[in-house]
Amino acid sequence: METKVIEEAADIERVLEKHAGAGRDHLIPMLQEVQERCGYISKLAVSRIGDHLDLAPSKVYGVATFYNQFRFQPKGKYHFMVCRGTACHVKGSLKVLDMIRNMLDLEPGETTRDRLFSLEVVACMGACGLSPVVNLNGEFYAKVTPKKLASIIKECREEENENEQD
Amino acid sequence: MIELEVDGRQIEARPDDTILSAVTRHGIDIPTLCHMEGLPPSGACRLCVVEVEGNPALVPACSSAVAPGMKVRTHTPRVLDARRTIVELLLGSHPDDCLYCARNSKCTLQDLSENLGVRQRLYRGEKTVRPTDVSSPSITRDPDKCILCGRCVRVCEEIQSVSAIDFAGRGCDAMIATAFDRGLNLSTCVNCGQCIVACPTGALRERSYVDEVVAALADPGKMVVVQHAPSISVTLAEEFGTKAGQDVDGKMVAALRYIGFDRVFDTSFTADLTIMEEGSELVQRIKDGGPLPMLTSCSPGWIKFLEHFYPDLIPNVSTCKSPQQMMGAVIKSFFAEREGVDPADIVSVSIMPCTAKKFESSRPEMAPEHIPDVDYVLTTRELGHMLKMFGVDLMAVEADTADTPFGERTTAGKIFGASGGVMEAAVRSAHFLLTGTEMAELDVQPVRGLEGAKEIHTKLGDLEVGAAVVSGLGNARVLLDQIRAGRDDLHFIEVMTCPGGCINGGGQPLGADIEAVKARMRALYRIDREEEVRVSHKNACVQRLYDEFLGEPLGEMSHRLLHTSYARREDLAEAGSKD
Repeated sequence: METKVIEEAADIERVLEKHAGAGRDHLIPMLQEVQERCGYISKLAVSRIGDHLDLAPSKVYGVATFYNQFRFQPKGKYHFMVCRGTACHVKGSLKVLDMIRNMLDLEPGETTRDRLFSLEVVACMGACGLSPVVNLNGEFYAKVTPKKLASIIKECREEENENEQD
Repeated sequence: MIELEVDGRQIEARPDDTILSAVTRHGIDIPTLCHMEGLPPSGACRLCVVEVEGNPALVPACSSAVAPGMKVRTHTPRVLDARRTIVELLLGSHPDDCLYCARNSKCTLQDLSENLGVRQRLYRGEKTVRPTDVSSPSITRDPDKCILCGRCVRVCEEIQSVSAIDFAGRGCDAMIATAFDRGLNLSTCVNCGQCIVACPTGALRERSYVDEVVAALADPGKMVVVQHAPSISVTLAEEFGTKAGQDVDGKMVAALRYIGFDRVFDTSFTADLTIMEEGSELVQRIKDGGPLPMLTSCSPGWIKFLEHFYPDLIPNVSTCKSPQQMMGAVIKSFFAEREGVDPADIVSVSIMPCTAKKFESSRPEMAPEHIPDVDYVLTTRELGHMLKMFGVDLMAVEADTADTPFGERTTAGKIFGASGGVMEAAVRSAHFLLTGTEMAELDVQPVRGLEGAKEIHTKLGDLEVGAAVVSGLGNARVLLDQIRAGRDDLHFIEVMTCPGGCINGGGQPLGADIEAVKARMRALYRIDREEEVRVSHKNACVQRLYDEFLGEPLGEMSHRLLHTSYARREDLAEAGSKD
């Protein structure tokens, strides 16, 4: 865990170096690059970017939360992306989303405390023919029903249990 | 001058006027929610829309410049309808629970709804349900009542340069939040309460301790002692509907006694004591070569600001506790001993113009052996509320005098309530300390008034002294940056958190405009003009306190009771690494 924090800090510093002497118009690119490297925007990132651009942390956070693309918790080991585009909506993606929320006690943008699961809602993944679509760690699941999803989550948990026993 | 026609009337406007500023000056009232006097318009609320001939759309008066020959209509049916709809839409997602709201009858949204004749719930939107932030000892934040006008954000950023809060999220999820939506107590909030004064609704209010004080007054085992800050007597009457600027010192003392306080003391007494300690500290620093400039320490919002943003200047701040905390300390030591009461059985209450004082009294270093020097801090507004709760008609009360020994004050202590007052009192006494003679003319005009930054270069005996007075933390920031950059012509700087000083504090009666603040200030200087004893070093009770108990200024006893220390505050990054 400790090394992860140090790595994150180093990643943030790399972004700052790249934007040396930058003005406030660099705020969004910097947030994007930090998220690219670290997977999320940490408190340290908000504080350091704020110092760098002479912006209060509340301002940096305010801008970052305006955009859906930024998350403020690290991604879990199993990262679910649920499509809430029009086609998926018509095919019942809300029920799928509710299933994940209830099963994992998780809101969009959040990560479970054990860092295993995280949830993200996206507008459209361009796979409307397969709707409703869920993406787990880059892999697409087509025509997902709440029942199907429950078994996917169950599989993830079983995999974890096996890993623990090893 | 520019001529324009407003509602069929010719009026004159200045070239830099907006429609709003021009018509307001001519006595026409246009409602606003987001507009803030003295700051650039944000044009967010659209309540100030008017009709301008030749323009098919309604235009916002706050952000439209006047033009020659312009024809403006401010209250047509179309305009009124637009304004009413805005209010109705705001109410659509508002909790709508006025009877239970701290701002009932003091709410701009409520007034607008009344004035515009909103009589039915036309829109029923989704109500926001978010937890109330009760983390701060000073300020309670209820996001459900927030209408997102942004006034708190602006005052925090543009006046105070603190930026503890900002808009976060988007659309229906938009809210006012600290970084990472943490509690206010974990943010850089300095507790000044200017956001409360700016808030048009009940979304921001002080953390109230009225119930605790009422309970203490009813407890026969407790001795309940109260102190009131210098500015309270000139603002409290406003809570009872009078015009600003009336001094009700005697009535207030009588009212406090009537509702059950066992002793009524005047914080101006310890303001005089502060001058003795701080003045001696300044003279010592000048003799010993620093650290200079010395910065005042009586305004707790400023102290927290310094701990967050200028920790490198901590050695420059006077180690004196604020007058509130000095009073608290002598009540629970000297007074307790003299009365033969266990300090644990004394409940020490203070009436302050300030929400940051609530935070200050809760600082751990202000509670030796876990007994806080000041138990509860009430704002001017809370005292007004409490007096009404007890059925006291302040204006009808027969005046009375404060208790000895901490009820006696000089006018030097009294003017602490206005920006420049501490400096003026300090200059008067420093002159005496350095030369042994009184100043020929005690008025120090250059440090008076509502300007955010004032300076004076004067001779005290042989010594050339530079002094500055700043109020409003944005103004403080400008000066502190100069000090950091090496400016060295100043010996002493008075910093007040709120613009204009305590008379405009975050705990003062709501709805005061700049004229009201000026009237409050005039009331303090009138007291200074009309009374005999105008220098802190002539406060006989302060002298006696030194003779009988404290010894001498900066002595061992003073050091233990009246002085304190400060520390750099953790920033978000350090806090984050612990989460």
